[in-house]
Order: sequence, then C-alpha cells, then structure tokens
Amino acid sequence: MTHTEVSLVAVAVTVVLDLWVLRTRLLTTRAYWVSYAIVLFFQLLTNEWLTSRGVFRYDPDAILGWRIGHAPVEDFLFGYAIVTQSMVWWVFWGRRGVEREAPPAGGLVAQRRAAAAPSSDDGAATRPPAG
Amino acid sequence: MRAWVYAGMLVFVVVATLPLELLLGTRVYARWRRTGLTLLCVAPVFVLWDVLAIHAGHWSFDLTQTLGIVLPGDLPLEEALFFVVVPVASVLSLEAVRRVRGWPVRGEEHR
Repeated sequence: MTHTEVSLVAVAVTVVLDLWVLRTRLLTTRAYWVSYAIVLFFQLLTNEWLTSRGVFRYDPDAILGWRIGHAPVEDFLFGYAIVTQSMVWWVFWGRRGVEREAPPAGGLVAQRRAAAAPSSDDGAATRPPAG
Repeated sequence: MRAWVYAGMLVFVVVATLPLELLLGTRVYARWRRTGLTLLCVAPVFVLWDVLAIHAGHWSFDLTQTLGIVLPGDLPLEEALFFVVVPVASVLSLEAVRRVRGWPVRGEEHR
C-alpha cells in the first residue's frame, strides 16, 4: 500500500473506533472539533518547519504529490488519525473510571481563585474579641 | 543547531502547551495513569506504522537534522518522542477547550 492508502485507512479506522467500537462519539461534539482545529493550526506550523527543511523525505511513488505548503496532504490524514485517536482513548479511559475527575485545585489560576475566595474558618472571624 | 531542527520542534510543542497544564489546570500530566493508558493505546500503533513505512521506503529522515540517536526499526529518537509529545499535546488541547468553554463530553460530566 502507498502512504496515501494507509493514511485513508487510518482515518476510516479512527472514525469507526470513535463512533462504533469505543462509542466515545467525540466526533459529534463541539469540544472535539474546536480542539482539532487548534491542533491543526499548530500542525500546519510544525509540519511546515520540518518538511520545508527536508527533515522528512517522501518517496514520490508513495504519495499523491498534493501538498499544503511543503507537507504532503497524507501527513494531515496521519495527523488527523493520531490526534483524534489520542483524544478518543483519553475520553474512553475517563469513562471507564480511570482518573475521571481532575484532581482539585488544578493550575495556578484555579489555585489563586481559591486563595482569593473568602474562607469561613481563617483568621479574624474566629479570633476572640480583643480586650 | 542543525542537529536540533527536529528536536527543537518537539521542545516547542511541549513548551507551548505547558501553560495549559500549569495555568489553566487541565490536569493531564497530573492524571498520569490515564495519560499513560492513552499513550499505550496510541503510540505502539503509530510507531508500528512508522517503522513499516520506513522499511517500505515511503519516507526517510535527514539524520543530520536529528540528534543522531536511532532506535531499533531505524526510528530516529525524535520520531519516537513525537508519538508521546503529540498525543499529550492533543489531549491538553481538548481538556483546555473543555475547561474554558465548559463544554461537556458525554459520560464525563459530574453525576
């Protein structure tokens, strides 16, 4: 099989995996498509960095020769498969109960928010009146 | 610097997505068991695809633009790390979008 054929099979496998095998149905969510669009933007940058410098060399007989920038279109099918399958398996394991919930107080923003919120049992409120 | 062309791209992806974990609180690295299971389900399939494609001659690498460490299967170290870095970055993006927009993914919301 050529790179083109393998890439198309990988996209098909990814869709079947999400919709029917694992039934994560991420492809039906807005969260997935917005995330994929963001990742795709960065793939355009990073793949261009690598392919324009010739880090990857493709056999002309293995690809169609259609390119986005310097990257063969097949690379985007490959990327679609690995990015989507990563998200699908992450959601699958979450549903199976593996670390479904984020541990509390994640990230500096959340921690600062928690620290700024008034707490019922800290400091002045519980201190006995002076005098 | 030429040896860092591929590795530099990986470093860029890791550094660019790190604020999602540290500032936004995606808690992907923190949930390392779930991240590990995800990688176990994704990375081997794509590494196998890569190794078979290399041997079929579909593509090759300019090793002068890598650090020069080649793993079994003729896989440059960077190419192997790609299959860890990219899945983690993908999951970070999904969790960041969900966190910012509050969009649910069925089966994961609080009960």
